[in-house]
Amino acid sequence: MAERVVITGMGIVCPLGDDVETVWAGLLAGKSGVARTTIFDASTFPTTFSAEVKNYDLAKYTKNPHLHKYSNRGSSFVIGATAQACRQAGIDLETDQPADRIDRSRLGIYLGAGEGSVDNDVFFDCIAKAWDDTAGQMDWGRWAEVAFDKMNPMLELEQEPNMPAAHIAMLTAARGPARSCLTACAASTQAIGEAMMMIRRADADVMIAGGAHSMIHPLGLTGFNRLTALSTRNDSPETASRPFSAGRDGFVLGEGAAILILESLASAKKRGVEILAEVIGYGSSSDAFRVTDMHEEARGAIQAVTSALADAGISYRDVDYINTHGTGTSENDSIETRAIKAVFKEKAKDIPASSVKSMLGHLIGAAGAAELITCALAIRDNIVPPTMNLTDPDPQLDLDYVPNQPRKCQVDIAMNESFGFGGQNNVVIIKRYKEVNSE
Amino acid sequence: MSSARVVITGFGATSPLGLTVGDMWAALCAGRCGIGQITAFDPAGFSCKLAGQVPDFKIQSFVPKTYRKAVKLMSRDIKLAVVAANEALTNSGLITKGIDPEKVNIDPKRMAINLGAGLISCDLVELAPAVAASITEGRFDIRKWGKDGLDLVTPLWLLKYLPNMLACHIGIIHDIQGPSNTITCAEAAGHLAISEAAQIIVRGGSDIALAGGTEAKVNPIVMIRQCLLQRTTSENQNDPAAACRPFDADAAGSVFGEAAGMVVLENLENARLRNAKIYAEIAGLGQSSNINPAYEHLEPDGKGIRIAIEKAIEDARIQPKDLDLVIPHGTGIAADDLAEAKAIEAALGKAAADTPVWPTKSMLSNTGAAAGALDVIAAVYAMREGKIPAAKNCDKKAAGCSLNIVKQQQQQADIRYALCCSYTYGGQTAAVILKRPN
Repeated sequence: MAERVVITGMGIVCPLGDDVETVWAGLLAGKSGVARTTIFDASTFPTTFSAEVKNYDLAKYTKNPHLHKYSNRGSSFVIGATAQACRQAGIDLETDQPADRIDRSRLGIYLGAGEGSVDNDVFFDCIAKAWDDTAGQMDWGRWAEVAFDKMNPMLELEQEPNMPAAHIAMLTAARGPARSCLTACAASTQAIGEAMMMIRRADADVMIAGGAHSMIHPLGLTGFNRLTALSTRNDSPETASRPFSAGRDGFVLGEGAAILILESLASAKKRGVEILAEVIGYGSSSDAFRVTDMHEEARGAIQAVTSALADAGISYRDVDYINTHGTGTSENDSIETRAIKAVFKEKAKDIPASSVKSMLGHLIGAAGAAELITCALAIRDNIVPPTMNLTDPDPQLDLDYVPNQPRKCQVDIAMNESFGFGGQNNVVIIKRYKEVNSE
Repeated sequence: MSSARVVITGFGATSPLGLTVGDMWAALCAGRCGIGQITAFDPAGFSCKLAGQVPDFKIQSFVPKTYRKAVKLMSRDIKLAVVAANEALTNSGLITKGIDPEKVNIDPKRMAINLGAGLISCDLVELAPAVAASITEGRFDIRKWGKDGLDLVTPLWLLKYLPNMLACHIGIIHDIQGPSNTITCAEAAGHLAISEAAQIIVRGGSDIALAGGTEAKVNPIVMIRQCLLQRTTSENQNDPAAACRPFDADAAGSVFGEAAGMVVLENLENARLRNAKIYAEIAGLGQSSNINPAYEHLEPDGKGIRIAIEKAIEDARIQPKDLDLVIPHGTGIAADDLAEAKAIEAALGKAAADTPVWPTKSMLSNTGAAAGALDVIAAVYAMREGKIPAAKNCDKKAAGCSLNIVKQQQQQADIRYALCCSYTYGGQTAAVILKRPN
């Protein structure tokens, strides 16, 4: 019998704040984290707004900030999220001889983490200086000269996507299995699913799992703007993220980090910590369709949901809440709706299915983990967060998206869906923890 | 642990030693080095002007006709991966949509793909005209970029550089619909991707998986980074074959390169049912983290690697003395090699003195996310052929290293278990133990 896996800690740094309760209160109040971009001057870009993390102070979370001094935004956020989650789970980060009864070689890390931004001013300046305009080519000798002079080696290293996980190891002394994946917008859901599997397999007792990402930088914004994936509702940033509405015109770029402490039930009981929810199912699939588009019939999404339900050993009728991928792009919301209808059949329209991206924006690699935290809180409080800005429903999309107001309802089982650019689909299902698993 | 056993039934390698696995092995046995002067760009201003570069190939001949248009969306990393995937699948006897759409013999939903990928660097030549259009008074002007430069960036630009696009393209070409993951743990990514794919098969998540790693490090961004971090050698620039010297007293840094390594993993029962050739079994896996405030280096005692190796040995239910071959990460960076040597010595204990250790990067170069996959393939070949090629450039062992480095080719090596291990800057570590099939 595989180990049961439970959640014993949660932490978040996102556009609505840097602690779980503040973020949750914001989501239930329908607050928007979206505003004019301030990290760099985006005023001439097709999209001038984003969902930024504001007023974040790393030093609040570690007494050794010097160990993380070159960390980029994603790494810096994940240190805060990890510190919060560890505090809740009773994982001791303060002493060299922790008394939390967790064997560090059985404390692992699994992150869905993005690359860090290039060191913008330096990077662009080096290119500009090395470009030979008359010849129409780069002068590599000049490039090397300028880059050697201007680039900071550590800031270059910190762009590597495995660095957020490295910072967590530094912070927590975790020596268990450590991995980092980057399956675009599905990365942290995948990380949590695979982390659960590590505990089921008894490779670890406790896993620090989640995601970290910031693509709010010039090349990130350029890339998504060129793909025409982003909303360009520049005159009204806070209503720009409009999942499932007729007027949706793309997603809103966000940033942040979210961490869940997953733990074997035996370890959580032994340590006597509070159990927040149980992770019961994980499904993963790929579209294998097109680089640019989701499969029209939602083939991959359906397979991921179906296999997560099978893994959880439950029926589609048992699901009380779906936290959708709900990006606010025309394609995603239509195809996701189709997938939900295909799997949930007669029950599809009865299940509340909301998108918190309407408030948080799209945290890309970190999105799934942030959203899974909202699922756990929905179970805790029996209330589901709304899809905001759903004032002009799309007649083609007729599920219960929980428009504009949170809703009190019994939530025992919640499902989080994440679909990544390029066709990776990941689904995690969590459940209210009960001592005896009776169904 | 479930009882499912996972075996390797195919492999492919696109490396500095050739476009096929056969080429790679022949070169390793002949002691031929794949490192040379960088030709991808003019490296004159770089402190290291050497790299391991893959011989020229035409990507069009490795993709189905119907997919040729998509080639323009492929960065160098993606192209290398597509070629190696093609070889691995062909070699396994599995027939995917990409091999022959008329004769497909796999269930696409029961096949997974799990690849290690690097941080894919953008093509500066592609970006430069947009930057050049965004200059005000000699400096880069972000407002001008948003107004003018941005439009000069090709619309699908971003899609070339997302690490998951390797698995995405290969998944489309071969119609792989099961779990898909992209492990981005730099130089440990190849081993970690193979490990996760094996674990997916063990838990019944798929019957077959294409797994491995790919990275194209021969470009002016990566090379500048590695030079800046002082991980590259600036010695032996006129003698490329002598430049990368893992565990040698004269080691002065690594040499980077490009490659793709892929294996086909399969549930043993599945492989038996279709009478597949079984090359090796995945016998044990271990992972951990290196923790060092100097993130670019391994911690001096290599503790993170030692833990990974110990866990893999335990997972394989063997003793250190059962290992007949170790392929270490061995980059040629002296401090890291020494730390790794200490870790291997500590994990193997008394058995360390006798166990042959064969570092490969002196010939293959350090190919980042591909490195672990290439080493797994090299270990499988060594097992099958009963032969361990000589480690090049370890003429005099570095002080403090007492590993049994293979100085001369061993023609009659009876290898039942082989260990491959790796680590990366930042910290993740991995160990994979392979077993020769009975």
